[in-house]
Amino acid sequence: MQTIYTDLLVVGAGLAGERAAVEAADAGFSAICLSLVPARRSHSSAAQGGMQASLGNSVMGEGDCPDVHFADTVKGSDWGCDQEVARMFADTAPIEMRRLAHWGVPWNRVVPGKSIYYKGGKKFDKVEAEDKEGLIMARSFGGTAKWRTCYTSDGTGHAVMCTMDNRCAEVGVEVHDKMEAISMIQDGDTCYGVVARCLRTGELTTYLSKATMIASGGFGRIYPNTTNAVICDGGAHTMCVESGVVPMGNMEAVQFHPTGIVPTDILVTEGCRGDGGTLLDVNEKRFMHEYEPESAELASRDVVSRWMTHHMREGHGVKSPYGDHLWLDIRHLGEEHITGKLREVYEICTDFLGVNPVHQLIPVCPTQHYSMGGVRTNKDGAAYGLKGLFAAGEAACWDMHGFNRLGGNSLAETVVAGGIVGKKIAEYLEGTETTFKTGLISDEVKKQQARIDALRNCTNGSENVFKVRAAMQAALHKGANIFRTHDGLTECVASLQETLARAKNVGLRSDGKGVNPELAVALKLEGQVKMSLMLAYGALMRTESRGSHNREDFPARNDRDWLNRTLAYWKNPTDDLPTLEYEAATEAVEIPPGDRGYGKSEIISADDKKGKK
Amino acid sequence: MSRLLKFNIFRFNPEDNLSEPHMEEFVLEEADSMTLFVALNRIREEQDPSLQFDFCCRAGICGSCGMVINGRPGLACHTKTKDLPGEITLLPLPVYKLVGDLSVDTGSWFREMYTKTESWIHTEKVFDPNAEEERMDNQKAVEIYELERCVECGCCVAACATSRLREDFMGAAGLNRVARFLVDPRDQRTDDDYYEIVGNDMGIFGCMGLLACEDVCPKHLPLQNQLGFLRRKMGITSLKKIFKK
Repeated sequence: MQTIYTDLLVVGAGLAGERAAVEAADAGFSAICLSLVPARRSHSSAAQGGMQASLGNSVMGEGDCPDVHFADTVKGSDWGCDQEVARMFADTAPIEMRRLAHWGVPWNRVVPGKSIYYKGGKKFDKVEAEDKEGLIMARSFGGTAKWRTCYTSDGTGHAVMCTMDNRCAEVGVEVHDKMEAISMIQDGDTCYGVVARCLRTGELTTYLSKATMIASGGFGRIYPNTTNAVICDGGAHTMCVESGVVPMGNMEAVQFHPTGIVPTDILVTEGCRGDGGTLLDVNEKRFMHEYEPESAELASRDVVSRWMTHHMREGHGVKSPYGDHLWLDIRHLGEEHITGKLREVYEICTDFLGVNPVHQLIPVCPTQHYSMGGVRTNKDGAAYGLKGLFAAGEAACWDMHGFNRLGGNSLAETVVAGGIVGKKIAEYLEGTETTFKTGLISDEVKKQQARIDALRNCTNGSENVFKVRAAMQAALHKGANIFRTHDGLTECVASLQETLARAKNVGLRSDGKGVNPELAVALKLEGQVKMSLMLAYGALMRTESRGSHNREDFPARNDRDWLNRTLAYWKNPTDDLPTLEYEAATEAVEIPPGDRGYGKSEIISADDKKGKK
Repeated sequence: MSRLLKFNIFRFNPEDNLSEPHMEEFVLEEADSMTLFVALNRIREEQDPSLQFDFCCRAGICGSCGMVINGRPGLACHTKTKDLPGEITLLPLPVYKLVGDLSVDTGSWFREMYTKTESWIHTEKVFDPNAEEERMDNQKAVEIYELERCVECGCCVAACATSRLREDFMGAAGLNRVARFLVDPRDQRTDDDYYEIVGNDMGIFGCMGLLACEDVCPKHLPLQNQLGFLRRKMGITSLKKIFKK
């Protein structure tokens, strides 16, 4: 078996991972990124919208500065974020956008003079300043006071990913693609690298490193319906969960998007509703105005998602082989508008559904979109629990998003956090030497080989891998979705515990030879169910509503008892529930908890002593 | 009553000594809005869990799922079964090394291309974190982005006759990459520098002009124009070199 040494090992080669690797390489260290797919296919590339940074070059961003960006981010998080981290992020973002421009990102630029824009279906004029010509332009995004989102046409993530991967090639960061980390080499104190399975040959390889970083993105695939790429399955998180000492932060904080298409859950933009599109039920009747008389379809993301789910639960969904869904109707907007301003939506519908939205209804359903939770780190990106372990990007809970993240902040986080954490890793590498214990390494390899053999030989049973995975996904879908209740979550936890027992008994139906895909699914299944339990149990215990976490039985945001972050551990392999601990949401308080200015407003104040737990 | 689709799928596991390359038949009932992404996953989960294929974004953005679909290279994720006949033949992309069944290794090929073309901005300038960004005309930014839209799916290379004849040909994807940096004012390389990279039979002069690359490109990149642009540019550079001697 091959053993490879590197100073920095990054699990994941998306924007956060590659950005940190570049920082380490620039400081003179060797860096290798492991990736399930060639780097440019990473899910970072699918983010179309843009990156928030308060450059304030557009006339619509006049007066913008890191303070305003910071305030938007804290409000967006529903005061769940770490304010020191959000502050660092807002301050660093503009510099990072300029750095990316220097490296080659073709940001859209300010074009001086008069132009038109749309808001709420109405047309407005704006005049861009002559003296800003050619500086980085920004567009509008939800939840922000200013136009602040830097973009490259409709492919920001893709363009930045290309530049970052080019930069990696230039500075000698290696990307080992089709290489899947399956377990961490650690002794409860320090992380020494990973055991990986090659997805070209199926063979195991050992990667040893002084610093290891988790930058594997989100884990939306533990849900049945998600906008996330197939590779966003939390595989790298399962290694941390299995360590027993690395906590996952705020796993219950999950963002849902109202309009994923059915099937395949590809996102269609909110712009459809912004421009006057409507939602229809099985009888092709509008319903949103009955629940939200004022804003109807234009209510916020979480509100629309909640009512859509409620309406389907009441039996008004459209039955399909892919489950219930509703309709998005944009036919009345006309062909010119649909093929012009909503071209992207038109293309998704025709390319993936074979539906022409000029004449036909679009099948849509609320779908999992973003994981605010993940590997809990400090502000330097160092993971709790193990020395030499770091994390950044969607994989991490750094935590600038709290219980809800703003559009354009996630993609910006990848490069900003990647840069900040990368620098800290370089400092760590500078000041640290590591002793590798060969016994520890060979024990871990033997353990992984034994797991693989047991799955191939059905030693522990012959539960069907795909059926157990589907059971896990169904339990989360049913109980830990947009609406959450005590009863629903209790049932969800029980059902996941049962699924966990089954996950321990899976066996392959195929021979498992070479790059066997069934084996790849089986290897991470037990860990995924444990993550699902962290999510569901965390949601059950959190008896309040905050950001995307909506408890029907506890509708108020409770700053008195719950202005904190959940830390979930899987302490013993034989446990059937995670151990939950809590820490203050933020030590630094620049903006004390208050009203967000949108969404629901019921708040139990931190000063309210009545009925305190 | 939905159609029963008949899939003929190439099977071979190079890591299994007993495996021989062959075609295998699978039958699946068609469903509404079925794409090859849905169909192949269903076959894997319900009929043969060892079936290898690659999907990632499944939204036509990442380029993972290039394969030969009824004789034509394309992205499987945005291929709808209702646009295909009842019998569907799937083969892995040629040129690239086979990983197994429909899965090929595009990563190594493209990584080598980055090295050959030195696929990054060459500049003497050093980034100053305190300075305003260097200005750029928006039209220029859009022009660069148009060429940056390549998703490296490999369809253009798989459909290219020269690539099939000579292993070291850069293909439309590689030549397009050079064009992307050529139009970028931030890159200080000269025409002579680019000539060193593509002014030969592995580069622009190897292209036979059959242009299947443009026909199959799922992102509709202007490959024909780029090949023409590079050929003219490098042709002129070549003449200048002769007269300089």
